[in-house]
Amino acid sequence: MKKYAPVFLLPTGAAFIIAFAAPFVMGLYLSFTEFTTVDSAKFVGIANYIKAFASDSSFLNALWFTVKFTVVSVVTVNILAFMLAVVLTKPLKGRNFYRTVFFMPNLIGGIVLGYIWNVIINGILAYAGVDITYSANYGFWGLVLLMNWQMIGYMMIIYIAGIQSVDRALTEAAYIDGATNRQALFHVTIPSLMPSITICTFLTLTNSFKLFDQNLALTGGAPGKSTAMLALDIYDTFYGRIGWQGVGQAKAVVFFVIVALIAFVQLYITRSKEVEA
Amino acid sequence: MKKLSLAIAASVMMLSLAGCGKSDSSVTTIRFLNFKPEIATVYEEIAEEYNKETGVKLVVETAAANGYESTLTAKMATSEAPTIFQINGIRGYQNWKDYCANLSGTKIEDILTDKSMTVSTDEGVFGIPYVVEGYGIIYNDEIMNRYFALDGKKSDLSSAEEIKSFEDLKVVVEDMTARKDELGIEGVFASTSLKPGEDWRWQTHLMNLPVYFEFEDAEGGSANADLDSFEFTYAENFRNIFDLYLNNSTVDKKLLGSKLVGDSMAEFAQGKCAMVQNGNWAWSQIAEVTGNVVSEDNVKMMPIYMGMEDEEHQGICTGTENFLCINQKASEEEQQAAQDFLYWLFSSETGKRYVTEELGFITPFNTFSEEDVSDDPLAQEVVRWMNKEDVETVPWYFTVFPSQTFKSNLGDNLLLYAQGSKEWDAVKAETVADWKKESEA
Repeated sequence: MKKYAPVFLLPTGAAFIIAFAAPFVMGLYLSFTEFTTVDSAKFVGIANYIKAFASDSSFLNALWFTVKFTVVSVVTVNILAFMLAVVLTKPLKGRNFYRTVFFMPNLIGGIVLGYIWNVIINGILAYAGVDITYSANYGFWGLVLLMNWQMIGYMMIIYIAGIQSVDRALTEAAYIDGATNRQALFHVTIPSLMPSITICTFLTLTNSFKLFDQNLALTGGAPGKSTAMLALDIYDTFYGRIGWQGVGQAKAVVFFVIVALIAFVQLYITRSKEVEA
Repeated sequence: MKKLSLAIAASVMMLSLAGCGKSDSSVTTIRFLNFKPEIATVYEEIAEEYNKETGVKLVVETAAANGYESTLTAKMATSEAPTIFQINGIRGYQNWKDYCANLSGTKIEDILTDKSMTVSTDEGVFGIPYVVEGYGIIYNDEIMNRYFALDGKKSDLSSAEEIKSFEDLKVVVEDMTARKDELGIEGVFASTSLKPGEDWRWQTHLMNLPVYFEFEDAEGGSANADLDSFEFTYAENFRNIFDLYLNNSTVDKKLLGSKLVGDSMAEFAQGKCAMVQNGNWAWSQIAEVTGNVVSEDNVKMMPIYMGMEDEEHQGICTGTENFLCINQKASEEEQQAAQDFLYWLFSSETGKRYVTEELGFITPFNTFSEEDVSDDPLAQEVVRWMNKEDVETVPWYFTVFPSQTFKSNLGDNLLLYAQGSKEWDAVKAETVADWKKESEA
């Protein structure tokens, strides 16, 4: 029977190769070439990688900005989403309604969200006579706010599912043993929630790192590219200069390596903390 | 293992069979990648009409605003690559030269009024201009007349038509700002949109003038200038007009980083301001705004005066960054069909009617006569300025700008300057350095 395996694997295998492996290998190859279209590539070795870092500081600036943004977003999104989830698993009137309300921002597209928040934030900053592009700090906190607003609902749903699946016998046993609410939360609920925490940090981490539409619509990188995140910087490099597509591609490969590394490390750390109830 | 290769072979055959079924070899198909989303529907109609007349199938595809290069890059790699596409001038040609067919001696090249406008090298002609556009300072004559009728105005001119220099303009504009309540406007100029991606009116169009004037000063004129070195000699002139825009605007200059071109055009259309720098393509943006109070007869255009010598002879900026190219990697038959289509579009009665009435193009072809000008008021203003005897138009020279990055860096710096976070001298120095760096990149 075993010899038929390749035949059954073929559809999935072909789909995987066509839609994932081939473009990936091609992208990797293009980062070592100078190209206009994918079939007119000329091999140039690691020149693109050198240019990516040496030509100007935009890539490193974007990297640093993205790292700061990611750290702040991961922490705030997860804490706020968790708090909401705790509240909305209590027997509250209309809690399904609230869950829906908090989840809804996630359904709106990034560009639209970016423009909406651009108008809101500018409306407030107008009292100070400036707008969001006036300082990189405004752009940074604007992005954090936007990211929170969009991601909290989604993460909240995952946490709610997690909290509901915690064995009630465990929490009740803790209360009988004299645990306070606080102790029950930190020593029983959260440890049993580690799988949810793993998935939520993974999602917020990678989504924050890869943020593009919201960045483009909210600040567009202004003032002076100081709020451009990695994805936007890669895009600008790709289309900014004739013949620099390969450099953009090289930056994209570096970007991929960074995201993959961080995601693996994070998964490894949070996984190791997961417990079997 | 044998079974595996058999299975793969079978599925490959299936795929290729399915592929064959799609193409119909009896009909010649040409693909046109359109640059302007706002006129995409007109091209669809033209395609239908052309198909009826000749039986040739024309597939029109349109790139999203600001995404032409990326769409073209993506499409060129497919088997459905465009037969007719567009480049933006000599720098664009350098990017796409492997794909541009030599069009010298073709019918479409033959009907050009001025062959020097083409994208050409010693080897041949590779891009055909098909639409001439012009930009300057668009003004609402009704508000201007209201100003010139005021008692105690500081300017001694009596109509906007008489403004012939930066000095004249500055006096009028500053006096208008001082009396904006009497005029019922919020500012003289519409907001200077400086959001990244929306700043092309300044980093490309306004910058065109100092760049052109500087290279024009070179020995032997701009044709012989060394394009890799740029000193920004006329930085002060650029600053003159840019400051005038910033200080007499509807919007405070610290709030410009979020403004879009559409915002500016809406302010103009709604009568909140009297002037806005833009070109004839902006007519639809003015006409279609809700709450539009500007009447067609009152929309006029004047040159962008920035305090150059002999300014009274300076005209508006006219030219094109739209050149048609034919893909030389397409089959002979398709290339010929593409040439025939372009010739038809710009010379047949039906084609010409679409071009003038629906597309609203001012064309550089001798098949069009003086009467074939569209009736949109800005197009007429452009033609009026082009036909003036005593003024010289400023050509579109920004196709020599070294790269998109140069332009967006300049836009970033102009925003920082407007916000007061960067000194003008630093903007100037960085622009010069950037030109050098981007030319070498």
